This record gives sequence, C-alpha cells and structure tokens, in this order.
Amino acid sequence: MLNIIVLVKQVPDIEKVRFDVETGRIDRSSAPAEINPFDLNALEAAVQIKEKVGGFITALSMGPMQAVSSLRDAMARGADDAILLEDKRFAGADTLATSHTLAAAIRKIGSYDIILCGEKTVDGDTGQVGAEVAELLEIPHIYYVSRIVDVSENSITVISETQEASYALESDLPVLLSVTRDVNKPRLPTLKSKMKAMKSEVKIWRVEDLSGFLDPDKAGYAGSPTSVQKVVIQKEKTRQGRIYRQVEDGLQELMRLLESKGVI
Amino acid sequence: MGSKDQGRKVLVVAELRGEAIHPVTFELLGKGREIVEHTGGELCSVVFGSNVDKAKASELIHYGADRVFLFNDPIFSGLNTMVYAHNLVRLCKEEKPDIILLGATCFGRSLGPRVAAALKTGLTADCIDLRIDENGELIQIRPAFVGNILAYIKTRTRPVMSTVRYKVMRAREKDNCRTGLIIEKMAEKLFQGRIRLVGEAIPKKLNIADAEIIVAGGRGLGSAEGFTLLGELASLLGGVVGSSRPPVDDGWIRKEHQVGYSGSIVKPRLYIACGISGSPQHLFGMKDAETIIAINSDPSAPIFRVADYGIVGDLYQIIPLMIKEIKARRSSVG
Repeated sequence: MLNIIVLVKQVPDIEKVRFDVETGRIDRSSAPAEINPFDLNALEAAVQIKEKVGGFITALSMGPMQAVSSLRDAMARGADDAILLEDKRFAGADTLATSHTLAAAIRKIGSYDIILCGEKTVDGDTGQVGAEVAELLEIPHIYYVSRIVDVSENSITVISETQEASYALESDLPVLLSVTRDVNKPRLPTLKSKMKAMKSEVKIWRVEDLSGFLDPDKAGYAGSPTSVQKVVIQKEKTRQGRIYRQVEDGLQELMRLLESKGVI
Repeated sequence: MGSKDQGRKVLVVAELRGEAIHPVTFELLGKGREIVEHTGGELCSVVFGSNVDKAKASELIHYGADRVFLFNDPIFSGLNTMVYAHNLVRLCKEEKPDIILLGATCFGRSLGPRVAAALKTGLTADCIDLRIDENGELIQIRPAFVGNILAYIKTRTRPVMSTVRYKVMRAREKDNCRTGLIIEKMAEKLFQGRIRLVGEAIPKKLNIADAEIIVAGGRGLGSAEGFTLLGELASLLGGVVGSSRPPVDDGWIRKEHQVGYSGSIVKPRLYIACGISGSPQHLFGMKDAETIIAINSDPSAPIFRVADYGIVGDLYQIIPLMIKEIKARRSSVG
C-alpha cells in the first residue's frame, strides 16, 4: 500500500475574478473559490494509483479557513484524509516559504511514497512549489507528467513531455510528480461521496502543530525572500482592430497585409 | 542587494536543445550583458552536457559571457534534475553570483526551483522584463492570473534568481572575435540512477514556440478535417498549424499544436486564428504575436478585440478564397 500526498491549492475561479484597475488589487471576493484545476488531475492520478496498487491519499493544503471547502471537495473526489495548514503566520508566503511549510507538514505526516501536484496554479502560475518541496525533502521530482505508465510498491514509470521530446522515466520511490492536464480526465464526485465528505473531518494544523519540523522564521511573509512591489493590470498592445464584415473587402485588405509582411 | 557601486556577478544557466545551445540562452546573455554594463561586474555562464566541447562553449562568450563553466559528462544527458541541481548549487557556492538567470523553459522551470530551495533564496518565475532600479536592485516583472496582471517583484536574498520567458529579451549580435575564459569543471556524480530513462526519448516533430507564422484553428472548425484546410494555407505561407484547446481535447489534432495557457506560448510574426473565439487561456498564449488576423463567424467573439485584422464570416468560404488568391498572385509574379 502506497502513501500518497496530493498538494492542493484553493484559487479564485479565473473566469470570474475581477481586478481593480486603479489599485491593481485582486478582488478575491468577486469570484467563487475552487480547487486549482491542475490539482484535480493530481487528485485523479492519486485515485487511479490507489485503485491499481492500493494506497492511502492525503490532501494537503495551505491557506485560509475557507480552503476547508476545497479540501472537502478533495475528499469527495477520493482523498482519505485532508490537512489544512492554517495560521496567520503562514500568510503572505512566496513559493519558498510555502514550500518550507508544506515540506514540514509532509515530514510530520512521516511516511510518503508519492507526492503529486498540478503543473501550476492559475493564480500564481509559478509551478515552483513542487520542485522546491522535493529539494527540501531531498527526493527526486519529475515535471510535466502526461501519463502514468506503471506503478508498483517500489517504483513508478511515467511519461514526461517537454517542449522538445517525450521521455519514459522510471523512478524509485519516494518521488514527487507534477502532472499536466493530459494525464487524465478527472471524474466528478458522486452525490454519495459528497455527502460522506461533508461529514469528514479536515485537520487544521497551525505553527505549533509543526513544531520540530518547521522553523517559523522560514514561513509566511517573514520567511519570503521575494515580495511584490506593485501590481499593474496588463495593458494590451494597441491593435489596429480593422474588422471587415464583407468578405470581399476583408480579403483584399488581408492580401495587401500579407504582401506588406512579405509572406506572399 | 549591496550598494550600487559594487559590481554584479550575473550567471546565465545555458540550456541545450539536442546538440545546439537553445536560443533563449543567447537572449539571457544579452540581458545579462545589459545588467553588468549598467552596474559593473562580470557575466558568467554555465553549460551542462554530455557532448559539449570548448568550441560549443565559446559560443556563450561570442554572445556576451566573460567566463564560462563547462560541465561535460555523460551524467548530463537525462532528465534527472537532481544531478544538474546538485552541481549547479556547488558552483554557486564557489562563485557566489548575485543574479542567476534561467530560461522559463521546461528545463529552467524544473531546475530553478530546486536550486533556489537549496540556496534558500527567492526565485521569480516566467519573467517578461528585468530592470535595474535607482538603488541598483533588480526588478522582476511577470504576468500572473493567466496574464491579467503584471507583478513587479524584488528579492531580498542573494542570489536573485529568475526564469525568463523565451523570445522576450534580445540577444546581442554574435561576435566571433569576443574573448573570454572557459573553465572545465568536474561533475560530482551524486543521485545518479534515482530516475532512469526507459528506451529512447521521442523528439517532437513540431516546435510551435519557434514558428514565425501560425495558422490556428478552434472549435469553429467543426471537425478534424478543417485542419487539412488550415494545413494547406500554413504550408503556402511557410508556417505551421496551431490549435486552441477544444480541438486537442476532442482528438482532432495532437497536443503539440496547442497554443495557450496549458499549451505553448508563441510569439510569431503572423498569427491567423480561424474559428477561435478567444478565451483568456488561448489569448495568454498568443496575444504577443506581431500581427494577429482573426476569421470567425461570430462578430462578438473576443478574438476580434486583440486582432489587427478580422473578417467576420465563414472560414470554409474565406480560407479557400485566400488560398486561391495567394496562388494566383504567385503565378502572376513568378
């Protein structure tokens, strides 16, 4: 039986979230929160591994109390246990401080064979936390996993797709895998599993609960080497925006453009 | 970072693509040169490979490096990031660079975080601009929230580490007369064998990130056959075929054609979007194209808002007309 930990993050629904153009602030209350879409693939991968060789899945997240709802969703989707790292001393963390906190929690969980995470999150979009956690735990990692080929008690074989090539890689356990959206199609939770998850406990761990595993100076804003100086709303390049509703006119204009660019 | 009169040591981590040096490396060297010309200091580069000779390494000097650290060893042939990270961390502890730049490629985005965590320093992902402020500090500018915002980020620890997006910095003209020092380094062979390559790597046939002309299709194509038509137009223009996500999800075209947030980021001279409505995720991948042409039957499609030229109409009428017109013009000229 494998111990599998899935890293999940609660993010605002990116289609609905609003930005204050004046201040550059993100109005997180403007959009419902959900599990980062890439993390759903990581959860589904964990469930499929468990179905194949047996296992116990822990969903682990760091965030505010509201993130409990995302962890319940993770349980409805197949996680056996869920832990939220919640403390105002964890807040304002950059990727390094987040990784220190997650790695501390993983060390406290103790036994782990496979750690799964999504390729990136739709809000921060760094894709850094997975490899940083792996480094802090001194275990290997494989990024851009698009398929899990085989898994046993001691090793796992996956396909990793980079821009240049795809590679079949076999790794000893423990290993951290960061999956792309191609790795699977996440199943929807059933009504029954949702009901069960509603009654399940999400564990809350605070700074004190990680004592002996986490140097509090390395967590949260205080432990973050990077800080955002300012945020601006991305200004789009001004385009000519010449839209033709008559195909003939448009076509002639298009041909002139292609000629001027030297492509025909 | 220290006072502004102190010089900076900038380290560019080179990346290989097959046997050649990835062009993002030359772009990083261009930026690194700009930084050290502003602050004083030295531009170094490091290259890891299993078949890199001094001639190859000297290209890094021709593009702006003062000193190059060359790790040539069979262990640098796989995807075992731990091996690269361990040797890069060792080098950084010896050389103590102030700034480390990597490409925001699969290689850089996998290697960078391990090294940053080991050096206990900050790493800023996928930067699209780097500036030196009035205090001589590096300001790293990057998109977040699927490109909706730009964040300006400072790092208070050293080294300052950034991964930088391909095709946003400008490489210097190659100068074959430029001289510098190549230092051969011995690799430390730890962590070998923790990850093993099974069989051969399968190279991708298409490198859409490098394409200068892309003809892309979306759900509006209606079926996989639409891509045959786009392929005809693309080959006439000397370009390649791209796709938004839905056709890839529906199996009409292979994943390596996908442009967008969960596909490739492209920056071609010309992007022709056919039957693509223009979701934020798709725009994220192509909105920096030099010229964007949109063909869509829905006049309210968001793609028209980022287009230089657009035609509202049926792509199955318009594209064959374009193909015919291009052929006619060519035969009358030729």
